[in-house]
Amino acid sequence: MTQANTPSSPQSAYFIDDHSEDAIVRRTLAAIVDNEPGVLARVVGLFSARGYNIESLTVAEVDNKAHQSRITIVTSGTVQIIAQIKAQLERLVPVARVVDITTSPAGLERELALIKVSAATGSDERVEAMRLSEIFRARVLDVTLESFIFEVTGGSSKIDQFIELMEPLGLIQVSRTGVLSIQRGLPE
Amino acid sequence: MDTQEKIADTDLTMTGAEIVVRALCDQGVDTLFGYPGGAVLPIYDALFTTPELHHILVRHEQGAGHAAEGYARSTGQPGVALVTSGPGATNMVTPIADAMMDSIPMVVITGQVPSHLIGTDAFQECDTVGITRCCAKHNYLVRDVNDLARIMHEAFLIATTGRPGPVVIDIPKDIQFSKGIYKGPEGTQHKTYHPASEPHEAGIEAALELMRNARRPIFYTGGGIINSGTEASAALRALVSETNFPITSTLMGLGCYPASGSNWLGMVGMHGAYEANHAMHDCDVMICLGARFDDRVTGRLDAFSPNSKKIHVDIDPSSINKTVRVDVPIIADAGKAINALLDGWRREQHPRNDLSEWWTQINEWRDRKGFSYEKQEEQIKPQYAIERLYELTKNRDTYITTEVGQHQMWAAQHYHFEEPNRWMTSGGLGTMGYGLPAALGVQAAHKDALVIDIAGEASIQMCMQELSTAVQFNLPIKIFILNNEWMGMVRQWQQLLHGERYSHSYSDSLPDFVALAKAYGGHGIQCRNPADLDAAIEEMIAYDGPVLFDCLVTKDENCFPMIPSGAAHNEMILGEITGDEIDESGKVLV
Repeated sequence: MTQANTPSSPQSAYFIDDHSEDAIVRRTLAAIVDNEPGVLARVVGLFSARGYNIESLTVAEVDNKAHQSRITIVTSGTVQIIAQIKAQLERLVPVARVVDITTSPAGLERELALIKVSAATGSDERVEAMRLSEIFRARVLDVTLESFIFEVTGGSSKIDQFIELMEPLGLIQVSRTGVLSIQRGLPE
Repeated sequence: MDTQEKIADTDLTMTGAEIVVRALCDQGVDTLFGYPGGAVLPIYDALFTTPELHHILVRHEQGAGHAAEGYARSTGQPGVALVTSGPGATNMVTPIADAMMDSIPMVVITGQVPSHLIGTDAFQECDTVGITRCCAKHNYLVRDVNDLARIMHEAFLIATTGRPGPVVIDIPKDIQFSKGIYKGPEGTQHKTYHPASEPHEAGIEAALELMRNARRPIFYTGGGIINSGTEASAALRALVSETNFPITSTLMGLGCYPASGSNWLGMVGMHGAYEANHAMHDCDVMICLGARFDDRVTGRLDAFSPNSKKIHVDIDPSSINKTVRVDVPIIADAGKAINALLDGWRREQHPRNDLSEWWTQINEWRDRKGFSYEKQEEQIKPQYAIERLYELTKNRDTYITTEVGQHQMWAAQHYHFEEPNRWMTSGGLGTMGYGLPAALGVQAAHKDALVIDIAGEASIQMCMQELSTAVQFNLPIKIFILNNEWMGMVRQWQQLLHGERYSHSYSDSLPDFVALAKAYGGHGIQCRNPADLDAAIEEMIAYDGPVLFDCLVTKDENCFPMIPSGAAHNEMILGEITGDEIDESGKVLV
């Protein structure tokens, strides 16, 4: 992932000083929204209407008193497109704010995946799958004589890597939450 | 107001329908445009006993929407439309999308089937909030009558602040009947909606620095200045006068600077002025105020004003760097930013720019007379018709609306505006059928003004039925049709791009407009001879009532000058075309 140089002070948030960047970058954006009916449709509709990518999207209410939800979106585009996506999201009336988690030093991302692997009892694959799961700190959720289900959390790349390693051992099925995000420290 | 006192004394519990009407009154609404139907009957019942709220019954819901837009654009106040569920709401989609594109403040109230029937494919049910979500600034489905007053007031707040736009309130019929508490508009706030409007000092300083050192500056202004209010136009005039910079405007911004002003270059863009486009291309500092670098303005993006530093004032942060990278972005209300620039310009003593070379160059472009055309003795040229219309109406209290097409561009080129809010046209969406209902809205707001819809014979038929509304409500609008028997702009593009294969662009079986006017109860005039034109226009102006003026013009006139699609500003074509102006990549553009 490319490191962007989005400034943090409010006055300069409007100043995109990087004019050369045409490379596609991947970004995780977190939108804090009013949890009103249709708000997810507004966000998703914005992406489809303007032709932006959604690589993953997670949403849940995070403050039931204030009725606020956090929508974490992983998207990709040029730096200019990412800035547009952020501005277009902020234009939606129920969106309180949008944070670029990828470029924020305080940003944290985690994803959870459930991964089913076929591995017959006594086979080398079964031993290898267990051994790798320990390295990745994956939990075993379910065991049968023919299969495992692992639960693994981490950054998306760690999960990609674990899935890649399970592939030759007998990967059957994958279910992922998509990326969750939060920021370190106390809120501003 | 005695209604306020009357209701203040009584209980603030009322039905949903009464809340709607009360909220409209409290928001200062005096006129709304609508069409009744099953799902809004309770609101119409409440209107029955509220004579101070003037309701104009249109003939098609689309007409209500465009009329509300015309009302809004000519007054600076939000337009209000009221329609029923299902087809009422879907017919309203075009005006909503239109108002969204042109940033027109509008509140649309739609009826909905009762709450318990939502989702059952009930009679006249449609997912109004789903359908309008992507073309309105915001929308609401009211689920609890006790939210209704808040939602009504929030809708006006959202429609009129920040970048204005349409807000839809979908109200199920049971909510209209049930009783709830009314709250007034005082202190209306929104939880998450807080648009910024004050310019940031650093941006203003950076802009002033560029302006002070500019040798070839230009003001590129747009509809944002009109939306900001008449003070913004006044401030702009002062800024232009103090800086002596040349100024151009988009289609939407016409009137914010007077066309008679010495610094005026004319409209910019595809059919804009030769001098304006060349100045945009060659400038060294572009000061964009309340415009959005629309594709009709920029032409080919990679060749757009290649050597300029660009300052962009826009109230909508998403307009910044959307299509054109700018050097100094200022997120602010256009009027506030112009005033800040004016203050800064006046405050600091600095050597004033020597712009003599720039003006010499501009005057050379002016001398090309890009809007000139060949006059004819025996037939009326459309440009001539607009010129005469302008000459005979310029000293009156005149408002102009248009439909969409060649006539719209000729009106923009040959009718000249001195004041803001005088020019109502569908810029972004390009809605044929906009002009007649918009004229109704304008006339409803300005009873004694001369309101003229400059139309084409094709566009006018899209909302022709609203002539009936004009007759019913004594709205003496004048519809001035440039009748060339073609969908002129389509024909022009077919000539230019499609080898003169005129596929389905001929207006066949045209009605007899004079007889049609009569059938509606209006007055019809037909004119085909240039020598008779002035007298016919005078007759139109003098007639006390709606007039349909069928002005028969030359049939194959093209709208020039023109930036061919896919070309740059300095590649404008002035006269007849050969067909080689547009390359393959340009042909796929619209």
